[in-house]
Amino acid sequence: MTISAPVTPAIDSLTVGDIVAESSFPLTRDSLVRYAGASGDFNPIHYRDDVAHAVGLPGVLAHGMLTMGLAIQPVVDWAGDPARVLDYQVRFTRPVPVDPDLGAVVTVVAKVGALEAEAGVARIDLTVTFNAVTVLGKAQARVSLV
Amino acid sequence: MNPAIQGRVFPAVPPYLVGREKVREFSRAVFSTNPINVDLDAARAAGHSDLVAPPTFAVVVQEATLAQLLAEPDAGIDFTRVVHGDQRFSFSRPIVAGDELTATLRVASVKSLGGHSMVTAESTIVDASGAHVVTATSTLVVRGDE
Repeated sequence: MTISAPVTPAIDSLTVGDIVAESSFPLTRDSLVRYAGASGDFNPIHYRDDVAHAVGLPGVLAHGMLTMGLAIQPVVDWAGDPARVLDYQVRFTRPVPVDPDLGAVVTVVAKVGALEAEAGVARIDLTVTFNAVTVLGKAQARVSLV
Repeated sequence: MNPAIQGRVFPAVPPYLVGREKVREFSRAVFSTNPINVDLDAARAAGHSDLVAPPTFAVVVQEATLAQLLAEPDAGIDFTRVVHGDQRFSFSRPIVAGDELTATLRVASVKSLGGHSMVTAESTIVDASGAHVVTATSTLVVRGDE
């Protein structure tokens, strides 16, 4: 089998406001344990309800960095290569509680926020929600399309 | 929090060697579906020397520098009151398996806002040749007494 290089969208095919990717991520407690191990962030509020309750939280929360990490994935697949992400920033505005039975579904919509045609860079703005409420603010990635 | 830590530069943390299986493990944890994160042939076909890490993998390298800041005796940061406010990654190039990365933290700013304090920590991550790879910037909010 021959593996070819990924296809990258042409910047002149884009318009500000275009939705370029959408995805939903069903998180479970298992997802949080996996992320804790992979990242080394073992803060127990991400896997122990008793600890979460003791600090005044409704229960175990997803790592903010897990939400940030998954939210860029639809953009990576759209751009074709993780190396195309030049800059990525978010503000953590609301927590994502993960129910032990029901989990939590995080939804990502990625839109073209701005185009730098000469540089071949698109700014992609992410709307990241849980239960129809935005959980990340100013979530923006600058993506090279050249 | 002690405002005098603004501008302080911490000693570089020991080098972090990016392992190929660690990249695969982290990729899975952030729900990556991009072959360049996990498939060596796909990464090489796209022109990379090895697997490319997801954009937020840089937090794994940054983490040791944030631990230095939180442990700094005269910084006055009560880590039980710390909330992650903002996060940003600005890349000169992507992180690739095999990289030996060294991170150095600088306290970019310390601010007070309505009883809370905010510290912005900028961790500059360079490769074995000293070339810049990525800057990871975190704003931590330290909640005041309630």
